Amino acid sequence: MTPLSSCLMLSALLFSVGFAGVLMRRNAILILIGIELMLNAANLNFIAFWRYGSAPEALTGVMFVIFSIGVAAAEAAVGLALIISIYRHRKTTQIDRINSMRG
Amino acid sequence: MLFTIFAALTIAGAVAAISLRNLVHSVLSLILAFAGLAAVYLLLGAQFIGFAQILVYVGAVAILIVFTILLTRNDGTFGTSSQASWNLGALIVIAVFGTLAWTIHSSAALQHALPPQPEATMQQIGTALMVRFALPLEVIGLLLTAALIGAATIALHEKQERP
Repeated sequence: MTPLSSCLMLSALLFSVGFAGVLMRRNAILILIGIELMLNAANLNFIAFWRYGSAPEALTGVMFVIFSIGVAAAEAAVGLALIISIYRHRKTTQIDRINSMRG
Repeated sequence: MLFTIFAALTIAGAVAAISLRNLVHSVLSLILAFAGLAAVYLLLGAQFIGFAQILVYVGAVAILIVFTILLTRNDGTFGTSSQASWNLGALIVIAVFGTLAWTIHSSAALQHALPPQPEATMQQIGTALMVRFALPLEVIGLLLTAALIGAATIALHEKQERP
């Protein structure tokens, strides 16, 4: 395997693990952890294509990852604040028990 | 060789993070995964991103998750989704990973020769941020400020409603 494709395979594995966390766990905090893992997999792809792609001197991949990390930090802060707020009302973080709007 | 070690560390941390029963253990494994990924970034020659990863993810996001776990009392019913939905989830995940792996293996774009190690010094990154990417930098600052105020407002104790 070339270095680029091994990086991409690592990223695909990381994405799948995060996706499994989102689909298979029922705790809101663990779902957020899964989302963070998927975002990190995307960042790894950007860095891999910057390192092994053409025109690395434009620094586009690095810049995208910097902004992506910033957005991920904002997302984590708002998501965790929402979880705390929901917990205050419902006394649980299990998402199958937060179903009062179910039809 | 180093890459294999750090990749294995990252995957092991990620798998442990989503499969462990105890949420605090989960976050500790998540920190391991983030640190392994930072090492991979350093190996790929992106020093700034590697250190930013450690600062933001290990230093801030993981600590934030720990605080949330401590602020919410988690009852012992972890991962009790029904067997059918668990199986469906596993099936979807395997299908997604299979598609990704097949695409990576069959892509012709990945076969060209290794380019030399590109340079990404602090000076280059700083110049790019201040000149070419100045507007996105301002926008991300605004976004972070708004997200911070929003998060504080959401998590604040709500006042008692007046009749």
